[in-house]
Amino acid sequence: MAPKPTKVTNSIRALRFAHGEMTQAALAARIGVTRQTVIAIEQGRYSPSLELAFQIAAVFGTRIDDVFAYEGATP
Amino acid sequence: MVSVLLYLREVTAEQVRAWIAGVVAVLSYGVYVVVVIGRAGDGPIAATPYAMPLVWTVGIAIVATIVGNIVAGLLIPAEDAVADVRDQEISRLGERVGGAFVVIGGVAALLLALAEAPHFWIANAVYLAFVLSAVLGAIARLAVYHWGF
Repeated sequence: MAPKPTKVTNSIRALRFAHGEMTQAALAARIGVTRQTVIAIEQGRYSPSLELAFQIAAVFGTRIDDVFAYEGATP
Repeated sequence: MVSVLLYLREVTAEQVRAWIAGVVAVLSYGVYVVVVIGRAGDGPIAATPYAMPLVWTVGIAIVATIVGNIVAGLLIPAEDAVADVRDQEISRLGERVGGAFVVIGGVAALLLALAEAPHFWIANAVYLAFVLSAVLGAIARLAVYHWGF
């Protein structure tokens, strides 16, 4: 796997499986991007825009910080 | 051939377009260099007829890029054929990288003209800058597609 260039982590993969094993293609279609972009986000190779991040959270009916976290963030 | 078809199922149309742009630029410029050097013989390189090979290789490169993009569009699944927000960001990055070499080529041509260098060197400086722009822009895009940003 390619090295992970961002400090943004996500739980999209787990959320997809928790939502009826939603495929990457299905999620991509819901948020209006290609399947490759969903793969890149899941693998941490692409940090989505704030708008796209909100769209992903909305698909799973959850808050944005339940989907994405920042490794460098301090509580 | 099978591996190419499998690859096309794993990438977006924009990623394939970056490959086509880079490969076509390298091949067409390679053909141009071979033809011009072949024509040079023992005389000075600046006196070599270069205009027609340059026009032909640029023309063929444009046609090859169009045909390549059409063929890729037919082979790539429809849902991956549309450029999304990530493709657009990567495309802009590639344009910034490539654009730098267009500026360098323009400055080089200006300096050569001021020095009253032969047209051969001025035209070839601009052509090389265009090729480097296409190749390095494509490499930048492909690197970002692979490693992320």
